[in-house]
Amino acid sequence: MTPEGRSAARKRAARAMDGATILLIVLLIVQIWLLMASVESWLAGHRGVALPAALMSGALFCGCVGLVMLAHRAGRTARTPGTGGAPPPSS
Amino acid sequence: MSDKPVSCPREKRLWSEEFSVAAGEQSFVERRQLGKFLLLTSAAMFAGQIWLLAKDAFTKRVHTIWPRKAVALESELAVGAAKVFAYPGPQDNCLLIRVDEERYVAYSQKCTHLSCAVVYSAGNRRLECPCHEGYFSIEDGHVIQGPPPRPLPRIELERSGGQLYAKGITVFGQEEAR
Repeated sequence: MTPEGRSAARKRAARAMDGATILLIVLLIVQIWLLMASVESWLAGHRGVALPAALMSGALFCGCVGLVMLAHRAGRTARTPGTGGAPPPSS
Repeated sequence: MSDKPVSCPREKRLWSEEFSVAAGEQSFVERRQLGKFLLLTSAAMFAGQIWLLAKDAFTKRVHTIWPRKAVALESELAVGAAKVFAYPGPQDNCLLIRVDEERYVAYSQKCTHLSCAVVYSAGNRRLECPCHEGYFSIEDGHVIQGPPPRPLPRIELERSGGQLYAKGITVFGQEEAR
């Protein structure tokens, strides 16, 4: 793999990580809003919102876990020799 | 420049000793750290939802037993007049209002927005919060205008022998729980 190829692979990986991070931030904003809205509704007496909100928040959390794993995999791929990435750290 | 592969990390070069931080590697580490931080925040939000669910499950089983307490004599209030009384505790101020000859209503005096004390406006026939101009109906305590998110808690009244007694509190949305 040429240095140019490695650089392109690293750029792709970095872009994938950036995309995953942005999606993660969006999911987190939705999750914060969901908690705020469900607490306000619960205090207003609409007690039925607690369960669906918790399920939805759990689904968003799972989405966040998936995105973080995806980002980690992209980062690892970029640094693994033979896949267009840099060699692993010497330690 | 040659197409030589990247040298073995064990081969220390002068530049790597002088510039010990690899900027490319560091950007990956920073992204990973940010990802972990975001994931931790997401876990905290989820934990908050679970806490709300647990609180909901717990409070459904609790049934408050309200005391019966004399609050005023029927003859004490003229039509359109109001009286402040404490119910159920000495710090829980409530407003008793004589709407007409035969009808009395009572509500908690604590505004559901930011807990300011609401006052009765006889001219407008409504309860008003002076802090942020939140208005409540005297018919059932619902919000007419302003930032309060929910109606005022209503005090259940009982008339007996010319005396008015408070015997419970109905909070909006919890009527079916009692």
